[in-house]
Amino acid sequence: MVNKKETSKPIIQAIDVNFYYGTTQALFEISLDIAPQRVTALIGPSGCGKSTFLRCLNRMNDIIPKTRLTGKVLINDRDIYDENENIVELRKQVGMVFQKSNPFPKSIFDNVAYGPRIHKLNGKNQLIEIVEKSLQRAALWDEVKDRLNDNAMSLSGGQQQRLCIARALAVDPQILLMDEPASALDPKSTTRIEDLIGELRTDYTIVIVTHNMQQAARVSDETAFFYEGQLIEFSPTKKIFTKPKQKQTEDYITGRFG
Amino acid sequence: MNVHLTQKISYHLLRVITYAIVISVGYILFDIIRHGLPVISWDFLTGFPRRSGSEGGILPAILGTIYLTLVTIAVALPLGVGCAIYLSEYAEQNRFSELVRLAIITLAGVPSIVYGLFGLGLFVIFCRFGASILAGSLTLACMVLPIIIVASEEALRAVPRGFREASLALGATKWQTIRTNVLPYSISGMITGSILAIGRAAGETAPILLTVAAFFLPKLPGSIFDQVMALPYHLYILATQHPETEKVLPLQYGTALVLLLLVLGMNIGAVIVRIHFRKKYKW
Ligand SMILES: Nc1ncnc2c1ncn2[C@@H]1O[C@H](COP(=O)(O)OP(=O)(O)OP(=O)(O)O)[C@@H](O)[C@H]1O
Ligand SMILES: [Mg+2]
Repeated sequence: MVNKKETSKPIIQAIDVNFYYGTTQALFEISLDIAPQRVTALIGPSGCGKSTFLRCLNRMNDIIPKTRLTGKVLINDRDIYDENENIVELRKQVGMVFQKSNPFPKSIFDNVAYGPRIHKLNGKNQLIEIVEKSLQRAALWDEVKDRLNDNAMSLSGGQQQRLCIARALAVDPQILLMDEPASALDPKSTTRIEDLIGELRTDYTIVIVTHNMQQAARVSDETAFFYEGQLIEFSPTKKIFTKPKQKQTEDYITGRFG
Repeated sequence: MNVHLTQKISYHLLRVITYAIVISVGYILFDIIRHGLPVISWDFLTGFPRRSGSEGGILPAILGTIYLTLVTIAVALPLGVGCAIYLSEYAEQNRFSELVRLAIITLAGVPSIVYGLFGLGLFVIFCRFGASILAGSLTLACMVLPIIIVASEEALRAVPRGFREASLALGATKWQTIRTNVLPYSISGMITGSILAIGRAAGETAPILLTVAAFFLPKLPGSIFDQVMALPYHLYILATQHPETEKVLPLQYGTALVLLLLVLGMNIGAVIVRIHFRKKYKW
């Protein structure tokens, strides 16, 4: 484990990232390196900039008008904010799962096939294969294999969220960004998602925002603590939950604020 | 006055208002149907008018109105929907786009005779289309465009942001996202709103008065550059310009009923489209 960490280059590097919504600055000088095939949790009180930072990593903030980023975000050593960056390729490589599950009101099959179709990974047989594999990886295949043509809206909340994960996996990303993927789910569905994250970590680099300390402790290798747009502490999860370096981190994880 | 009493009064007041509306509309309908139904016959629907409309059928007027409506749809729907997509999905939301919206809403309130004169000036005279189906339809299209744009923008806004975000996050381009994950869910709202607006326009007299409608033309048009008769204008002629308005009263009722049924048919079509798409994409 220690060896792996030392030898592997970071897959995501944020360097002095500042982010602005109009004139309000939401992120201040964020620098952090995320190693491949690990789960990194972003924690912190509401409004501290976790989602904003996460959305910087696949340039989803681009769609919000009047936003601005300074600094650099490198993914596989490529500056994703370079003007020549191909956003379509970037988002193919960096998948995203949202807090509120948002399957399309189409069939289960069409949901998972959506990404492969727009990226022209066509061929009927290939498509069927991709859909099956993605659903299996998202631990949903057994529940839906007989009803692939049903509308995705007929699934339960937890199933919908796993469908969204399957949909993201179908374009074969390297990195998976998850913004509180389980916060709207019941405990049982939450456990399923957490188990799933555990299984996915061998193939993907996962960055997950969570409000739930226990969840961060359970699923992540590294934890980043954000507070008021600043990165206060970034350490291995074990360390941050047992011997936090910063007083603010300790106060937060022991529940003294936030 | 206690809350209970005010509650009761407002309840009954609202009920009376609703009934008053239903009854007056119902009476108009009843009157038209009662007097119009006996007039309607196969000959009336498929015959040509004779003696400047005092006798015979109204086929040219029925077809004229249908042609006008179809060409209006063909012109106004793509333009209006395209404009709405640009305004709500692409245009930067700032003062200028607000101003454009305000202008569009204002245009929706411009009296129809003004559109008629505008169409006369632009399409009939300046573009040299003459009084023709083309000029009339373009005029009607101008008149319904603002309503189509507003209705379509509303339909686009009703699509949850989550669908757009999910699609973009999968690497879809903006246009792919709109085409596959915004339009399919909003098309029913767009079409319903547009058809209702165009149905309303199909019954207008003022815009076609100066741009297409013929007083008495007992033949069918050969191309979109021909004049046609139209139901609302024919009705207007029979009711006010005809030498024997009293005598042709039954024909007026018949014409009114046919116009009503045409518009009703379009509205039912709109409802069917809506139900079809609702079933297909529900969230
Ligand atoms: N679209 C936006 N426009 C303007 N300001 C925004 C926007 N989105 C977020 N903000 C602001 O940026 C700051 C960081 O928000 P962000 O959503 O990143 O917080 P968060 O840590 O994810 O919070 P939560 O845990 O509640 O999801 C907040 O002060 C928020 O008000
Ligand atoms: Mg958030």
